[in-house]
Amino acid sequence: MRLKASQISVGDTFEDILVEDLKRTQLVMYSGTSGDYNPLHTDDIYCREAAGYPGVFAHGMLTMGMTGRVVTDRFGAENVKKYGVRFTNQVWPGDDLKGKAVVDAIRQENGETLIDMTITTTNQKGDVVLSGYATARAEK
Amino acid sequence: MSDKKTITFPVEATHVMMFRRSIGDYAVPDTGLEKAAVPPTFPRAVAQFDPDYHLRLKPGEAWFGSGKKPSGVEGKPSSAGGLHAEQHFEFLRPMVPGDVLSVTEHVGKTWEKESKRAGKLVFTERVQEFRDQKGELVCISRGVSVRTERPVDQK
Repeated sequence: MRLKASQISVGDTFEDILVEDLKRTQLVMYSGTSGDYNPLHTDDIYCREAAGYPGVFAHGMLTMGMTGRVVTDRFGAENVKKYGVRFTNQVWPGDDLKGKAVVDAIRQENGETLIDMTITTTNQKGDVVLSGYATARAEK
Repeated sequence: MSDKKTITFPVEATHVMMFRRSIGDYAVPDTGLEKAAVPPTFPRAVAQFDPDYHLRLKPGEAWFGSGKKPSGVEGKPSSAGGLHAEQHFEFLRPMVPGDVLSVTEHVGKTWEKESKRAGKLVFTERVQEFRDQKGELVCISRGVSVRTERPVDQK
């Protein structure tokens, strides 16, 4: 649901379940659309026998893309001004991910209301897999 | 992408539809013909239009994924291609289907760090600028990749 500027306060927290039991097929879908065909994300044999990982793991950009929905579902993708993250832990098939945005500031700039947020995504163990920030324009 | 190359990136509605599904967003109309909003991470899909992109199979070139053997390339470091450490996007205006963007890339800073879980880490920053047909800046994308000395230890 779209939020209007008048509905938002500093400290508001928006939280969504991004995915439950992440499927390998979703990694394949993301490879196909993004163009990142790194076998680390689709090729279990390569991961285990050549790369030294227990299996395929998610593209950081898939986690960032899923997390972005916490912001775009509320403000609209066309209103995102800034979005940046650090990838802090790998995401694996079977993981459950929860995304959270906390409103740090509400400010006026060039006649627009801008919302600054801190973004965090955690897995089912409570480990942070992504941390970052976003700024979105709130419609009046 | 080399330092001076310019890539043409057509932002197409069906590509946006498929991209949105791949990040679990099924709110997009299935026809693919609507002017659906472009997710903020979509600019990275410019890789599809880069003729030299290193993470796509190319005819006649060795590929490090499995076939007859676990890897089609001998003696590659175990973390071939590196991992993505950071990603930042800044939008000067929304990207919309119908845009035909010109994308340039340059290499930014590089730095090193020691890590308990993966040995020596070498970070490289790459900055891409996306301009529209009028030459106006639409988006700046800054990615940081990391090459690890060994696979990241799992806890």
